[in-house]
Amino acid sequence: MNNKIIKYVITDLLRNRTILVYTLVLLALSLSIFMIEDNTDKGIASLLNIVLFVIPLVSIVFSTIYLYNSSEFIALLVSQPLKRQTIWLSLFIGLATAMSLAFLVGVGIPTLLFAPGISGITLVIDGLLLSLIFVSIAMWTSVRIRDKAKGIGLAIMLWLYFALIFDALLLFALFQFADYPIENLMIAVCMLNPIDISRILILLQIDLSAMMGYTGAIFRNFFGTHSGMIITFIIMLLWAAIPLYFSTRFFKQKDL
Amino acid sequence: MIKIEQLSKSFGKLHVLKNIDLQLEGGECVSLIGPNGSGKTTLIKSILGMVIPSSGRILFEHKNIHGAWQYRQDIGYMPQIGEYPENMTIGQVVDMMKDIRRMPEAEMDMELYDKFELHRMLDKRMRTLSGGTRQKVSACLAFMFNPKTLILDEPTAGLDPLATEILKEKIIKEKHKNKLILITSHVLSDLDDLVTQITYMQDGQLIFHKTIEALKTDTDTDKLSKAIAQVMRTEGGLR
Repeated sequence: MNNKIIKYVITDLLRNRTILVYTLVLLALSLSIFMIEDNTDKGIASLLNIVLFVIPLVSIVFSTIYLYNSSEFIALLVSQPLKRQTIWLSLFIGLATAMSLAFLVGVGIPTLLFAPGISGITLVIDGLLLSLIFVSIAMWTSVRIRDKAKGIGLAIMLWLYFALIFDALLLFALFQFADYPIENLMIAVCMLNPIDISRILILLQIDLSAMMGYTGAIFRNFFGTHSGMIITFIIMLLWAAIPLYFSTRFFKQKDL
Repeated sequence: MIKIEQLSKSFGKLHVLKNIDLQLEGGECVSLIGPNGSGKTTLIKSILGMVIPSSGRILFEHKNIHGAWQYRQDIGYMPQIGEYPENMTIGQVVDMMKDIRRMPEAEMDMELYDKFELHRMLDKRMRTLSGGTRQKVSACLAFMFNPKTLILDEPTAGLDPLATEILKEKIIKEKHKNKLILITSHVLSDLDDLVTQITYMQDGQLIFHKTIEALKTDTDTDKLSKAIAQVMRTEGGLR
């Protein structure tokens, strides 16, 4: 694979002011949370809520805007002796690297400094995976939709869906079927939302699951085991791989 | 060198190219002309693999270009509007292209690069450039890697007379090296003395592909612009 484009994409992205501001905001947030909270588990829980909202939002919206703004660059590359697949994957790797770096510097380093331990590491891994997943979803939306405004709109809608609407629907269903034993089904349904998977994983690590009652126990039973963790990890990777795969397939046939 | 067979392309309901058949050989300088929206740029983009044809095929040196990418090594492309990443400097764009093409310095053709004095503005960012300067950058990049085929989309639009003259001389020089040069242009007089063949398109159809001499005899005029005007009039009259 020709790695040359990755180099240019990454240099371009690291010079981007938005990425810098994003890193600094994350850094300020995580530092202030850890300074205020003495209890590291509580600190992680507070940081978790920020991470689960901000990381997906910035990853999907920034990547979408970047891809639309790079349409000329992409057209230029397509007219050169390069494989289309190489171009597209290089863009993904560039974006994923930039978002992951920003997250690592902004949240990863403070977390590992102030709250080293299994819960901190879980938070960092989750944040990195969420960055990859939402960059990948952004690749898919921006390749499918030609119009920039519509594309960014869809990106925001998708974020709203994963961050809020999905949970609302889930809660609604939960109350409707409260009389039935749906705990195992709930685990399966949660797999449909990467943000939920991350939340459960981290909450289980910081022993807040005790407050989640019977469902918490069921979750612990599944996510607490090795096989459960491996399955969850694979599902998170699939969440990153599947949109990327479909976007690449579509990009190969796209008219520029 | 390039053979196009029954090429069609539609964007939704719009048929941009309709069953185009065309054969182009090295040593020719072909001018692709036609009214706005006649499908010239789409045809060029199909040859470059930027647009995927709905049906038909394109052969580059007897090989189908569908799904291929190596063949673009032999094509220099100068787009209608030079579109480059806004944040990159001219120097970075040039370096990137050199990186992509991987051609040894010695084999590169720096004539236009020197004549347009690009080395004096390597630090300028692409977003600050005027249309003419962008065209100069595009022209340099198209010729730099000594490609067998040059595809120039409206090359003189935006260039000042001096730069146009330099570019024209360069095109003539490359033609003598047995290269295929495909030019689209509206400004006919600019190219009067270097074109050897005319391809005329209208509404996505190829109306004719003739040598200049044949066209001049057919239309009974001695100036290319007059001949074209004559053709456009009769074509318009037929409809």
